Amino acid sequence: MKIGKFLIPLGAFVLLAIVLAIGIKHSPEKGVIASPFIGKAAPQFSLPDLSQPTKSITTADLKGRWYAVNFFGSWCYACRQEHPTLMEVSRSRVLPIIGFDWKEQADSANEQDDLGRAFLNQLGNPYTLVLADRDGRTAINYGVTGAPETYLVNPEGVIVYKLTGQITKEIWEKEFVARVQGKPDKS
Amino acid sequence: MLPELGHFALILALLLAALQAFFGIAGPAFARDRWTSAVIPAVAGQFVMIGTAMACLIASFVSNDFSVLYIAENSNSALPLFYRVTALWGAHEGSLLLWIFLLAAWTVAVAFGSGRLPRRFSARVLGVLGVVSLGFLLFILATSNPFLRLDPAAPDGRDLNPLLQDVGLAIHPPILYTGYVGFAVAFAFACAAMLEGKMDQYWARWTRPWTTSAWAFLTVGISLGSWWSYYELGWGGYWFWDPVENASFMPWLVGTALIHSLAVTDKRGLFKSWTLLLAILAFSLSLLGTFLVRSGLLQSVHSFAADPTRGIFILAFLIIMVGGSLSLYAWRAPLLKSQAGFEFGARESFLLFNNILLVIAAATVFGGEMAPLISDALGLGGVSVGPQYFNPTFALSMIPLLALLAIGVHAGWKRGRVGDSKQMLLVTLGVSVVIGLAVVYVIYSNGKLLTPVGAILAVWIIVTSFVDPIDRLRRKLSLSRSVLGMTVAHIGLGVFVLSVTAVESFTVERDVAMGVNDKAALGGFEFRFQGVRGEEGPNYDGVVGSVVVTRGGAPVTVMSPAKRNYWVTRSDTTEAAIEMHGGSNVLVALGESLGAGKWSIRFQVRPLVNFIWLGAGIMALGAGLAASDRRYRVARAQEAAVPASAPGANPAAQPTR
Repeated sequence: MKIGKFLIPLGAFVLLAIVLAIGIKHSPEKGVIASPFIGKAAPQFSLPDLSQPTKSITTADLKGRWYAVNFFGSWCYACRQEHPTLMEVSRSRVLPIIGFDWKEQADSANEQDDLGRAFLNQLGNPYTLVLADRDGRTAINYGVTGAPETYLVNPEGVIVYKLTGQITKEIWEKEFVARVQGKPDKS
Repeated sequence: MLPELGHFALILALLLAALQAFFGIAGPAFARDRWTSAVIPAVAGQFVMIGTAMACLIASFVSNDFSVLYIAENSNSALPLFYRVTALWGAHEGSLLLWIFLLAAWTVAVAFGSGRLPRRFSARVLGVLGVVSLGFLLFILATSNPFLRLDPAAPDGRDLNPLLQDVGLAIHPPILYTGYVGFAVAFAFACAAMLEGKMDQYWARWTRPWTTSAWAFLTVGISLGSWWSYYELGWGGYWFWDPVENASFMPWLVGTALIHSLAVTDKRGLFKSWTLLLAILAFSLSLLGTFLVRSGLLQSVHSFAADPTRGIFILAFLIIMVGGSLSLYAWRAPLLKSQAGFEFGARESFLLFNNILLVIAAATVFGGEMAPLISDALGLGGVSVGPQYFNPTFALSMIPLLALLAIGVHAGWKRGRVGDSKQMLLVTLGVSVVIGLAVVYVIYSNGKLLTPVGAILAVWIIVTSFVDPIDRLRRKLSLSRSVLGMTVAHIGLGVFVLSVTAVESFTVERDVAMGVNDKAALGGFEFRFQGVRGEEGPNYDGVVGSVVVTRGGAPVTVMSPAKRNYWVTRSDTTEAAIEMHGGSNVLVALGESLGAGKWSIRFQVRPLVNFIWLGAGIMALGAGLAASDRRYRVARAQEAAVPASAPGANPAAQPTR
């Protein structure tokens, strides 16, 4: 009795397993959603500074240097989880991280800002600057779909990278620091 | 406290699964009877532990314990109680726990339903199921634990994905998984037969009721998913060839081939190695589907848990289970010899075609599913495969299948004497052509090229299915449940094909921008938009439109399509209004506000679309009837008593011992 033909299914499966293994190897790259905003100028905004709400910060104030933009909110649990990583990477002071306190749920602007400030008091403040995006308009302009999201903006004010979901130390090094230090990742 | 208890119960279940796998496989292999008898207690203990874990997670959901990460991410205190329970399987971790629970439930059912099987054989079946359970328990504990705590606790949860806040979807996963997991039973029977080296037709007979029930659940599960996407997503379609839909459809196609091939192996002792292979393939495709969905390798509406580490784990598990069982197959299947032959034109040959065509259909779906990954692996860049590929290639294998079905159900076993029923076949075909063409050209008065083909074949299947039962009734012969079940399932298929043909050919659709009191007409109906008003739900707010529907001026109904914004997740859902009138489904979906009181509104009129799910339901009902046939229970008792001398036994496949 020939064993040969009964080995065909096993052989086919081995090929399939190889394809799947290659797929897994490539999948981290696919997890990054290429935003249509990449390569475009960062949206214009003028928003109050969370620490002194009478003062407004605009896009123009930030021009001329690399900076990261991070959308968060005290209502967002993934942001809470992400926060320790932000605290850690901010200590290296490679580039400023601008926090956008997004869509706090409260009746008045003051109460909204209180929620954001309480969040930072509790968990620490990794941000060079925190802006209050009370009505979420700036987030819409950035194309934010859900917090947390982090963007990298170059000195010309152009968005060069977007991350959906929580940041990790590896992503910070590979996608953010490497670009700022002029060693853009090959992929 | 409860989450820790649940976590602990899962760890105990893992240990019991390891014992079940070890005793079940090693006991019979080393002929240690005391090991073999330890299997059943391990099965029962594992079920109790997994049940405890489920109960702990449900109780934590109900009591809004947002110190559990999974609950904080998938529930909310404003969520109604029903959805707080079903939120358990609203995301990856919980649905995996549900999967494991259902596997434990099937295993207990097999353990108690196999009391009359040879002890060693049933121990091996349970041992293989133990290996499957062990793999999934390791997976959940290592990468996807639903009991992890969140510190500090969240004040409130992020809410369940609004799309899942729907009754159809609440019950879709459990039923679908019951089907998926059920194929693990067929797989375990096949592996046990191969381990035993005794691959005669008995294992096929013992497997049949389990496989048929699993197939019925899978059928209902898939159609519930389709029904849900039609009602809830508001896209107005019933099947999208979405990667995840395909992932459930491939095991269904192979499972359909399997239940037919099992019939041949059971009745005639043929196709033995082929049936073994199908049993392995059906479950392997279920596992592969899980792998593709959970690893995030394929992007789709369903991929809610993209995580490469999970992917690597499932791939390793897949290699062990599928690679292991296929190696076992390559080792054991050459021992099989089929003595009995059959003539061309006998029922066996039709079932052979059935199997070939179904496997080709599964292979075309598989090819489309894998094309993006294969092209990526070869470095050819991204490929996207859509309905343009799936629809024609699938129809190519389905049309001959349907045509052969109508003839094949009247062919006798072993000898090809289609001649005997030639006259009846021609008469039924003639009747079907008349009815089919009447449906296409008189009722709907138009159609595409394949419309008459689909309609005629569907009617033919229904008509010929009635011939045999009517004949038996007239001759006052009894009608066994398995024959009745087969007939019902085939009629269900006919209904399904007829409605798919009608929907594909006669659906009309229009998108219109409408202000208050604007009118539109479509498919014999007239629509008048009355504007929108606000609405507020327990965890959402939204707008409801009002559309007056008339037919030839006579009032039909007022429809209320809605758009909702769920405030916790900040996401919008479209709640299309769908009603059935005169055999057609009228769908009105509210699109975007265009300003100045104008809204974009989609109208669709789909004839017979509800019969698609009805047809699938009839198929599942037929399978349920067939699975409950007394023959399986009686036969089982006899064979267990006198395994060697049972009539029709194949001497070549007797135990070597």
